[in-house]
Amino acid sequence: MLEVCGLALVVTMGLALGRGVLGPSIFDRVLAVNMIGTKTVLLLAVIAFLYDRPDFLDLALAYALINFIGVMAILQFVQNKALRNPPSNEPVSQDNSKEA
Amino acid sequence: METEFLQSLPRLLAYASMVIGSAFIVIGGIGVLRMPEIFTRMHASSVTETTGSLFVLAGLMILSGFTLATVKLFAISLFLLFTSPVSTYALVNTALIAGQKPVVVKDSTGGVSA
Repeated sequence: MLEVCGLALVVTMGLALGRGVLGPSIFDRVLAVNMIGTKTVLLLAVIAFLYDRPDFLDLALAYALINFIGVMAILQFVQNKALRNPPSNEPVSQDNSKEA
Repeated sequence: METEFLQSLPRLLAYASMVIGSAFIVIGGIGVLRMPEIFTRMHASSVTETTGSLFVLAGLMILSGFTLATVKLFAISLFLLFTSPVSTYALVNTALIAGQKPVVVKDSTGGVSA
C-alpha cells in the first residue's frame, strides 16, 4: 500500500511538471514548483516507511521549510517586478480573453 | 479470529487512509493540468495540499504508532497546514497585482459563474 501511495505521488508530480512546462504565465510555473515541493515532502515521508529509515522524516521537515522559503522568494521577486511596471487594464495573458 | 482482526485493524485503517489521500492527490494533479486558468488551477492544487497531505500523513501516523516518527509526522502536517495558505495567498496576491483576471462566464439566466 505504501508503494501505491508513492506511485500516486510520483504520477501527480509528473502532472504538475506538465503544468510547469505548459503553463502560459509565471504563476502557473510557481504553482507547479510549490505543488512538486509539497509532493516531495510526502514522498520522503512515504520512502522513510518504505525502506524503514525514520531519518528521512527529518529531511522531509527540512524540505518543507526550504520549499516555503523558496516560493516566497520567487513571489517577492515577481511582485516587485509587477509593481515597477504596473499592468494596464487589459488582462496580461491573451489566452484568458480568448477562452472567455 | 476476532483478536486477529482487532490486531490488524490499525493497519487496515492506515492503508485505507493512505489510499483515500492518494486518490485526492491524483485528482488534484489532474485538475492542475486541465483547469482553464490560474485561479481555478490553484483551487485544484489546494485539494492536494490539505486533504491529500493530511490523509497520507494520518495513515503514516497510524502505521507508526506511538513513536518519535509520529511526532515528526505531526510536526510536518502542522507545518504544511500553516504554510500552504500563506503561499496560496501570496500567489493570488501577486497574480492580481500583475494584472491576471479571473475568467468570468455569464450563463443564460444572467447569473455569473467563474
